[in-house]
Amino acid sequence: MNIFVLMKRTFDTEEKISVSGGKIAEDGAEFIINPYDEYAIEEAIQLKDAHGGEVTVVSVGDEETEKQLRTALAMGADKAVLINIEDDVDMTDEFSIAKILSEYLKDKDADLIIGGNVAIDGGSGQVAPRVADYLNIPYVTTITSIKVDGEKVEIVRDVEGDSETIETSLPLLVTAQQGLNDPRYPSLPGIMKAKKKPLDEIELDDLDLEEDDVEPKTETVEIYLPPAKEAGRILEGEVDDQVKELVQLLRTEAKVV
Amino acid sequence: MSKKVLVLAETREGSLRNVSFEAIAAGKMIADGGEVISVLIGNGITDVANELVAYGADRVITVEDAKLEQYSSDGFSQALLAVIEQENPEGIVMGHTSLGKDLSPKLASRLNSGLVSDVTAIEADGDSPKFIRPIYSGKAFEKKVIKDGLTFITIRPNNIPALEKEEGRSGDVSSVSVDITDLRTIIKEVVRKATDGVDLSEAKVIVAGGRGVKSEEGFEPLKELADLLGGAVGASRGACDADYCDYSLQIGQTGKVVTPDLYIACGISGAIQHMAGMSNSKVIVAINKDPEANIFKVADYGIVGDLFDVVPLLIEEFKKVKVS
Repeated sequence: MNIFVLMKRTFDTEEKISVSGGKIAEDGAEFIINPYDEYAIEEAIQLKDAHGGEVTVVSVGDEETEKQLRTALAMGADKAVLINIEDDVDMTDEFSIAKILSEYLKDKDADLIIGGNVAIDGGSGQVAPRVADYLNIPYVTTITSIKVDGEKVEIVRDVEGDSETIETSLPLLVTAQQGLNDPRYPSLPGIMKAKKKPLDEIELDDLDLEEDDVEPKTETVEIYLPPAKEAGRILEGEVDDQVKELVQLLRTEAKVV
Repeated sequence: MSKKVLVLAETREGSLRNVSFEAIAAGKMIADGGEVISVLIGNGITDVANELVAYGADRVITVEDAKLEQYSSDGFSQALLAVIEQENPEGIVMGHTSLGKDLSPKLASRLNSGLVSDVTAIEADGDSPKFIRPIYSGKAFEKKVIKDGLTFITIRPNNIPALEKEEGRSGDVSSVSVDITDLRTIIKEVVRKATDGVDLSEAKVIVAGGRGVKSEEGFEPLKELADLLGGAVGASRGACDADYCDYSLQIGQTGKVVTPDLYIACGISGAIQHMAGMSNSKVIVAINKDPEANIFKVADYGIVGDLFDVVPLLIEEFKKVKVS
C-alpha cells in the first residue's frame, strides 16, 4: 500500500502561550509532532507492516520542521518530504496548505492518506478533508479503527462519543482520533536508521505553484490572550456546610443551576 | 450591506439540536438585515421546520431523501450544493459539531471559499464581520475576517446565544429535490455510547473526573451528579490514560474543548493541557484534596476535600433543593 501521512509541527501541549508583536511568541518553545498526527504515523506504520508498501510523511513548514520529520522516520516511516514555504509565502490559511498538499499529492497514486483530525494549534480540522475533495477521493474523519481488505475498508469513527461503523474503499483519506492506537516512541536503532532515510525538501516552484495560487482566503487581524481568570473562593468550614454553601452560591450568585 | 445567509439545521434522533438555533442567531448577525434561510437535510424531518422559523429563520428549505437518512459527506454536500445553486447565498453558517466539522471543509473546497471554523463570537458592527475563535485550544484567541467571496463559518455550540423563541412567527417552508448519487462512504452501524444523550460539546453542566477518581467505578458518583443536573461526564487525560473511562470523554488540548455553564472538576489537578480544554467554562467548581492543586487557580469556587466525601453530599444537597 502506498501510504501518505500529513504531518504538522506544533507547540508542545505543556507550553504556556504568550503574544508579542501581534503574534504567538515562539522563542524557546518546545515543538512536537501534532499529537493527532502521531496517531496517523503510527497507524500508517502498522498498516504497512500488515499489508506491505511504503509510508511517506509530508509536512508543509520551514526548515525547523525537519526535526519532527526525522522523528517520524525514526518511528518507522520510510520517506519524508518537507514542502518548505518559508521563502515564498508570508501568510497561509487552511485553503493555502490544502492546496499545496493537494498539488504535491495529485500524481502520487496514494492508496491511503492519513492525517490527524485536528491540529492542536489552529484547531480548525479543515486541511485533510479539503485535500480529499481536491483529489476527489472519499474521506472519513475522527477514526478510531481501520481495517483494510484489498480495496475494501472498514472504519469505526467517533461521533461525539457514539461510534459509527463505515464501509468504504481505497483510495481514501482518513483522519485520526485519539484511541486509534498507542504511538510508539522512536527506538535507538530507529533513530540511527532515520538519519539515512530520504528527507526531500521541495518548494512551491517544484509544484508549479505561484504565491498567488495559494493566497489565503481568510486573514487573522488580531491575536490575544483570554483575560486572566481571578482565583475564586475556597470555601471553609465542615464539609457538609461547604457543600450547602456551594449549592447556595451556584443557585443565587452564579445562577447556573 | 445585507447578505442572504444559509444556515444548516441539525437534528439528533428527530429533534433539532440547540446549535441549529444558535446558528440562526449567528446567521442574523452576518445577514445584517438580509434573509436567513435554514436548510434541513434528512428523511421525514419536515415536522420541525416551523420550530426553526420560531427561532428566527425567515424561510426553511428541506431536502429529503431516503439516502439522506444518515449523514454522509457526499450525500449532504450534494444536497447543500443544490440549495446553494438555487439560492446563491453570500453566507453559510453551520455548527462546529461532528457533522459540521466533517462537512464544512469539503463544501468550502467545492465552493473554492475561505472558512472560519469554531467561531465563539462575532463582531458584526463594521462592514465585514470579524470572527473570534479560540486557538491553542483556548490558550489564546484570534480575530479573523474573510477577505472576499462567501462568508462561511462554523460556530462552537453553547457560545452564541439563540434568539428568543417566537411562537406563531411565520415563514415559508419549501423543498428542493436532489438526485443523491454515488455515496462513497456507507454507515453500517451506529453504537450509541453517550449514555444519556447529553453531548459534551453541548452540555450545560459537565462533571469531570481526574486521576483522583481512582477507578472506573469511581466515576459512578460523578455520573449520578451529572444525571441529576442534566449534564454530561468528562475526564482528564490522566483518567483516560489510566483506563478509568473512554477517550471520548477526554477534555483538554488533546480531547474536547468545552464551555459549559458549570464545570465541576473532581480530583483533577489542573495540568495546562487540561485547563486549555475547560478554562473558558462560565463557572468552575474544583473539588480536590490538594489545596495547592492548579485547578483552584481557575476555579470560581473550590472545596478542599476528598471527592468521595464531597460528591455524594452534593448529590444529596441538589436533591433537597430540587424538591423544595
